[in-house]
Amino acid sequence: MAYPYVSDREVRVLSKYFGDPMQRRVDTYVERGGYQALKKAFEMGQDAVIDEVKASGLRGRGGAGFPAGLKWSFMPKQPTKPHYLLCNADESEPGTFKDRELLRWDPHQVIEGVLIASYAIRAKQAYIYCRGEFFETTQILAKALEDAYEKGYVGKDIMGSGNDIDITVHVGGGAYICGEETGLMNSLEGRRGQPRVKPPFPAAVGAFGMPSTVNNVETLSAVPHIVTHGGQWYRQWGTEKSPGTKLFCVSGHVNKPGNYELPLGFPLMDLINDVCGGMKDGKALKAVIPGGSSVPILDAQECADCNLDYEGVQTAGSMLGCASVIVMDEDTDIVKQVRRMVQFYAHESCGQCTPCREGSAWMLQILKRIEEGRGTEEDLQTMLDMSRQMTGTTICVLSDSVGAPVVSSINKFKDEYLALIRRGERVGVA
Amino acid sequence: MSDTPSNTITLTIDGREVSVPKGTTLLKAAKQVGKDVPHYCYHDGLSSPAQCRLCLVEVEGAPKPMPACVTQAMDGQVVSTESEAALDMREGVLEFYLVNHPLDCPICDMSGECNLQDYVHAEGRDHGRSREPKRIFGRDDFGGDVLYYGDRCVMCTRCVRFMREVEQDGRLTVVERGNRSVIDTFFDRGLEGTQFSGNVVDLCPVGALVSKDFLYKARAWDLDHTPSICPSCSQGCNIELHTRDNLVQRLKPRENLEVNAFWMCDHGRLNYEWINHGDRLEAPLVREGDTVRAMGWKEALTALLQRLGDAAEKGVKVVASPLAPNEDLAALKALVEDLGGGEIVFRMPRAEDEIVLKGFPTMARRRDLAPNGRGAELLGMRRVGEDDGTGGLEGVSGHDGVVIVLGDALADQGPDFAAGSALLVYLGTHSGPAAAAADFVLPVTTFAEQEGTFTNHEGRVQRFWPALSAPGAARPAWLVLGALFAERTQSDSIRKADDAFARLVATHGAFAGLTYDDIGTRGALVSDTVPLSGD
Repeated sequence: MAYPYVSDREVRVLSKYFGDPMQRRVDTYVERGGYQALKKAFEMGQDAVIDEVKASGLRGRGGAGFPAGLKWSFMPKQPTKPHYLLCNADESEPGTFKDRELLRWDPHQVIEGVLIASYAIRAKQAYIYCRGEFFETTQILAKALEDAYEKGYVGKDIMGSGNDIDITVHVGGGAYICGEETGLMNSLEGRRGQPRVKPPFPAAVGAFGMPSTVNNVETLSAVPHIVTHGGQWYRQWGTEKSPGTKLFCVSGHVNKPGNYELPLGFPLMDLINDVCGGMKDGKALKAVIPGGSSVPILDAQECADCNLDYEGVQTAGSMLGCASVIVMDEDTDIVKQVRRMVQFYAHESCGQCTPCREGSAWMLQILKRIEEGRGTEEDLQTMLDMSRQMTGTTICVLSDSVGAPVVSSINKFKDEYLALIRRGERVGVA
Repeated sequence: MSDTPSNTITLTIDGREVSVPKGTTLLKAAKQVGKDVPHYCYHDGLSSPAQCRLCLVEVEGAPKPMPACVTQAMDGQVVSTESEAALDMREGVLEFYLVNHPLDCPICDMSGECNLQDYVHAEGRDHGRSREPKRIFGRDDFGGDVLYYGDRCVMCTRCVRFMREVEQDGRLTVVERGNRSVIDTFFDRGLEGTQFSGNVVDLCPVGALVSKDFLYKARAWDLDHTPSICPSCSQGCNIELHTRDNLVQRLKPRENLEVNAFWMCDHGRLNYEWINHGDRLEAPLVREGDTVRAMGWKEALTALLQRLGDAAEKGVKVVASPLAPNEDLAALKALVEDLGGGEIVFRMPRAEDEIVLKGFPTMARRRDLAPNGRGAELLGMRRVGEDDGTGGLEGVSGHDGVVIVLGDALADQGPDFAAGSALLVYLGTHSGPAAAAADFVLPVTTFAEQEGTFTNHEGRVQRFWPALSAPGAARPAWLVLGALFAERTQSDSIRKADDAFARLVATHGAFAGLTYDDIGTRGALVSDTVPLSGD
């Protein structure tokens, strides 16, 4: 079974075995060099592993892009309490589908990453928190974990090294907000999945009140390769500040949507026109959401010179996020698109913070009204005010995610809103 | 924490320097410079989830606005609670609150004492911009005395946290998420059977949780608030009597961290109707042969004094009440001693168990169901009778000298109580067997109609103030008893409650050194500790 679309411009490090179900078998994984990085890590020692990951410049792939090695170094060096590693597999950002593929095609790669990270932060217990809707994925992962336990790669005295690390797969109930690291911890503990106030940060008070580190599936999948080949090897790809490769989840109006592993800093237009085979039906590009639905929309002009690394996308006016590139052609109804995203956030808001709880739902009401042709020009100002008052004012950033597409779309596609408001018609729709 | 310089930090709030101990939150530091930063979810007696986002303030150098309720003040910090940005954020939050709030203030019990009203008037927009239909939850009977109006709820979760953290019986929770979030109970159990859940009504900053008992009874602005002490057990919870039309409309707890923190129990909260009962004794009644005649005070007391001395030669026996304040009991004791002395007993209704508030375990609904058993015992009075407050009066009933009954209506006794006594005097508020049997019925006031003090179970003397005007000619018992004492001893009569208290202090060592001023609104401990026989 071949993976749907591949491109010769890809650098397939993490996704090398996508499409190959044999890779799910522990024997195949080991034959292909698996669990050797773990062995090497045990020989290197915790601090050397952290230094190597620091040297690689690996940045968190969950969206924030925080340096992984630095995050690990926040954990106490002399544990006085149990430490926990939490692998965030609650991939829920609309437009993102990379972690699911990593778990489905190469579960042992994730498990090995989890083990190395647990070792580095001196955790004897790790949790892989899987999104509730990942039904098939969780079964594959659970089977792989069972095999790894059987072969002695997980559990007591791993490969005779004297290191004990247990891994538990925990399946969430299917809430977007449980992908927020403190919401994840609350959910894991059996509480409502609601983000916690920081400080205290997870490295001080995390899951079950103990020092914890939360890492994304993709981040952890890169770790075995970095340990095997060294931090400098990883830096052969990407830019100075955004080294390495990244899985890009491309969806929308392109000929070949899919997961593509590319070096960071890859030009956005090359991704669309070359890797993804160009715009569907030869239509013109209207807008791109480069990092999952919570980041600002880029219009076609901004896309032209945009390079896909953390800094490059920021320069273009958005954020790389988890590199979920949603491509929209000239026929796209931007207002409808924004309404649909806001609808998602209004549904997923945990309801703790007032600006998010009330603001996201109200924003949705206003957008629906505009879509139905019953909006007013004042609504646009109201939405801009709301977005300002919803950004940076809440415990987590879900609220900011409502504001980002609204503000960017009003700034860049105001005529579409005005057209709906004035004529009750949709611009660009025949 | 000591106040050494290293433990004190100095910061600037709204241009004013303030020094606070390390670890102080910005909310409390701001209070020191007189800024009450609006807040909902924060409450002194609960944990701080920082979720209402109303207390956001601007801190110089911080990338985001900070919630004042959980942000610890730092040395040299420059904080602005009223900068343009801070006001903009709060205006935003307040507008969000009103998107789905029904604005049914005219029929809302909370109107007039509602934080949402206050904050929106102070800092909100003149006109809301929401044109959308509002979300509707309707109302829900939570059981107990609590009714929930979901549409008014601001989701501060104080009620949920109270039940979890203070009563430690997590009967309430938030269900659903986003703006479908609503407070609910588990299954059909609700708050039924809880002992402190009435506090969630006080905690609710808006009109979402209301008391069924108080529903539609009075508007907040029509109520007079009088500091008082809960008379329902010996804990002595500090409360306020909320009155209108000379009736107690409801009881609310008053903060006192030494006694009841911010709380009171449901038993005490709902046990106030007896204060409002009509059928009061309003004039001195004197038995003349087979008839009873109402008299003025002077005439009645003169008649009583004429008989009192002779009758007392056969001894005096007295039944007092643990509902009577210290002042009344002391005046009673002084008179009894002047009459040659005699035993004073009192009867105490007792509950089977103590009900401890788990999250604040020094507070409990005590077994003694009256406020001043400790005071009576400190004055040398002896508790008698059963736990239901009956019996124990055989010695008094058969007495052939003077029998004085203060405050105890003797509901368990017949009209032939102390039939063989030379003189039966009853000082009370309501008619009953005692009044029916008495030769002299002297109408006195309830605690709600007079100034005085109760001594709680731990020996804390606490003041209360008059909230209601006394019916007819009823007067405080200390005044009546004091007048009799003054006549008999040819001394100055006492005309003020604090003089009555001063005389108590002068004659009873346990109360030595206390004055009304020292006691204030917080109470003061008696110097002697005499174990209460009931505990």
